[in-house]
Amino acid sequence: MSATTAVRPVRGPHRAGGAGARRRATSTLQRVAVPIVAVIAWEIAARAGDSPFFPPPTDIAVAFWETWLGGPASQLFLSDVAVQNILPSLARMLGGWAVAVVVGVSLGCALGRSATAMDYAGPLLAFARAIPPPALVPVFLVLFELGTPMQLATIIFGVVWPVLLNSADGARSVHPVQVQTAQVFRIPRRQWVFGVVLPAALPKIFAGMRVSLSLALILMVISELVGATNGIGLQLALAQRRFDFDTMWAAVVLLGALGHLFNSVLLAVERRVLAWQPGGTRKGGS
Amino acid sequence: MLRRVVRGVIGFAGFLLVWELFSRSGVVREEFLPPPTTVFARLAVLLTEPPFVADVVATVLAWLIAVVIASAIAVPLGLLLGSVPSVAAASRALVEFLRPIPSVALIPLVIVLLGVGPETKITLAVYASLWPLLFNTIYAMSEIDPVQVDTARAFGLSRSRILWTVQLPHAAPFVMTGVRISASIALILVISTELLAGGSGGLGQVIFDAGAGGGRMDIVLSATLVAGVIGFLGNAALEKVQRRWLGWDDQIDAGR
Amino acid sequence: MTEPAGTMLAVSRLQHRFGSGPDAPTAIGDVSFEVRAGELVCIVGPSGCGKSTLLRTVAGLLSPTGGEVVLHGERVTGVSEDLAVVFQDYSRSLYPWLSVAGNVEFPLRTRLGKAERRARVAEALGMVGLGGQGGKRPWQLSGGMQQRVSIARALAYRPALMLMDEPFASLDAQTRADLEDLLLRVRAEHRTTILLVTHDIDESVYLSDRVLVLSKSPATVLKTLDVDLPVERDQVVTRGSAEFVRLRTEVAKLVHS
Repeated sequence: MSATTAVRPVRGPHRAGGAGARRRATSTLQRVAVPIVAVIAWEIAARAGDSPFFPPPTDIAVAFWETWLGGPASQLFLSDVAVQNILPSLARMLGGWAVAVVVGVSLGCALGRSATAMDYAGPLLAFARAIPPPALVPVFLVLFELGTPMQLATIIFGVVWPVLLNSADGARSVHPVQVQTAQVFRIPRRQWVFGVVLPAALPKIFAGMRVSLSLALILMVISELVGATNGIGLQLALAQRRFDFDTMWAAVVLLGALGHLFNSVLLAVERRVLAWQPGGTRKGGS
Repeated sequence: MLRRVVRGVIGFAGFLLVWELFSRSGVVREEFLPPPTTVFARLAVLLTEPPFVADVVATVLAWLIAVVIASAIAVPLGLLLGSVPSVAAASRALVEFLRPIPSVALIPLVIVLLGVGPETKITLAVYASLWPLLFNTIYAMSEIDPVQVDTARAFGLSRSRILWTVQLPHAAPFVMTGVRISASIALILVISTELLAGGSGGLGQVIFDAGAGGGRMDIVLSATLVAGVIGFLGNAALEKVQRRWLGWDDQIDAGR
Repeated sequence: MTEPAGTMLAVSRLQHRFGSGPDAPTAIGDVSFEVRAGELVCIVGPSGCGKSTLLRTVAGLLSPTGGEVVLHGERVTGVSEDLAVVFQDYSRSLYPWLSVAGNVEFPLRTRLGKAERRARVAEALGMVGLGGQGGKRPWQLSGGMQQRVSIARALAYRPALMLMDEPFASLDAQTRADLEDLLLRVRAEHRTTILLVTHDIDESVYLSDRVLVLSKSPATVLKTLDVDLPVERDQVVTRGSAEFVRLRTEVAKLVHS
């Protein structure tokens, strides 16, 4: 179960206090400096190696500008290609993810609170999760036809498991005394679900949502590589056919930046929502 | 315990029954979603055909090799980087920078670079599964409770003894979790590459060939089931290793 | 069955076994007792004798294997609307995602209007000496303060019967004495009926009108002792009185027999 849950840094008690601020400043510096040094090293290595497959970052930056940027201010400086491809990609990815989260959380919480239901569904879920989602792309392709429905189906099927299994795990972790407290005060069903089970499961749910989000990006790319009429994945495939490595790398960079952006936003939301946790946000899973 | 097994089997049977009825109901064309009876009959035939078995072996081999290579690189590197605090912070920043790059986006690039042979899928799977493993290992080594190390030091243990008796046992559960995450990612990458590259054999290729033009969905689903069984068994085996040798981790986690 | 006037809780021939079959362990052998309205009764017994099981059965969290529990004339099946429980494990019993006031308010949410809820929460927090602390998180408070929040939550609920399961067992001696006196004060002001389980012999004598001594598992009532100490109690004076010493010696003998 925990295989779906990535470990995230915990700030232990020994990290707090006066030395913390200086430490944080150093780590921010490192966070900025290390990638810059890495990019410079890559530039030098690429110029020296002169391989068409690994263009220097400056060439990639130029290709990035030409492909995705340089549009008018009314389009937020995005090029037409960007508007016509990034937006549909993101809509599919985020739409599929949102559906998977809603389904996964409701189903997972229900399963987590019923040992009997878990007995029946557990092995089936463990197997379903083990199926590599791209393997089902051809099935969804014939069932839903080329394009958005197929891509949505692939994304939803692929990313629902981490959320579902983590939600079940979280809902199961409601402590017996917490359960008894709710029973003693005869807390009505609705209030029990939304006031106790959901908050108790939330740290695990967030851990699952983060894994799912990065998986959604991966599946969005795969489904677009296989069959799409637009999208970042299609642009990547087109660049491959032209052997245009600069543009391929520009697409890779764009996808990496988007992945980083979504992860950061979700983390920020998580910190806010889980601010009630003793000692700040804790490790969500593993 | 027996009741749980029986219930699990009933759950499976129930799912297959619903699938069977749905496929035969005519809501979708039966060729598009063949019922489980057809799929399992096809699977039984396929498993006796040497070419199919060879494809299964090709996928499993590529997967195993990728996981072994990724572990051989990431675990020692992670232990090394993680045990020096300043290096750990810097390398974590680098890992954080490189990790979001979706490995699947590199598939087209590596295909052009390396062709469609097994080295392509292994390279991609190694690259993709490197990150969670590296990240978990660095994290485990650098976030160890200083009290544990100080306790060992107070008892006069040498640096290497501390490494073997305190730091590695502390890191082991995190590393194992990293291996499990990596293994599932590696399988996705191997099958995705086979699916997109063609010509390299393996289950992904079987799925691609049979699925082209909406053809033989019974074969597609058979191969998908086999892929699921491979992933399931791999995870179950690693979980068993984790329980058996690192069973104490649950108590440690509970005390946190 | 007819109730004598003023009986709040009547427990008769209560039994509880875990599981079924001839080998199933018996936690409660055969227990009968009564609690009158406004009384504070302590149940004391050796550790592991089934005190907590007894309390959970009275609360309706466990269903008895035999016998019955009658709360102000009505036979209890499941959890009754008219009781509240203060658990030993305050850190689990309080929900960490709610503020102190949120925890006290939680059981009232679907039962009362907003204005009345606020008034009750403020009143209950004031009673336990936590006025103005409502905005904090439970885990920002000390153990003793957290248990006060638990007590406030039970008081705000205004139950006919308040059950307390080893409420002070996890606290240090000083805090424990403070909370014992707080409980006596609150009870004197509101005439709350309280059934409290403890393994602490001194505490049982100090707090009660009556002490019920249970035997080793499977639990039966060894003896019921009336505590004839003045209503006003004091940690130093009361605990030093001859009657207190006599009672605690008698309870100790029974518990260790």
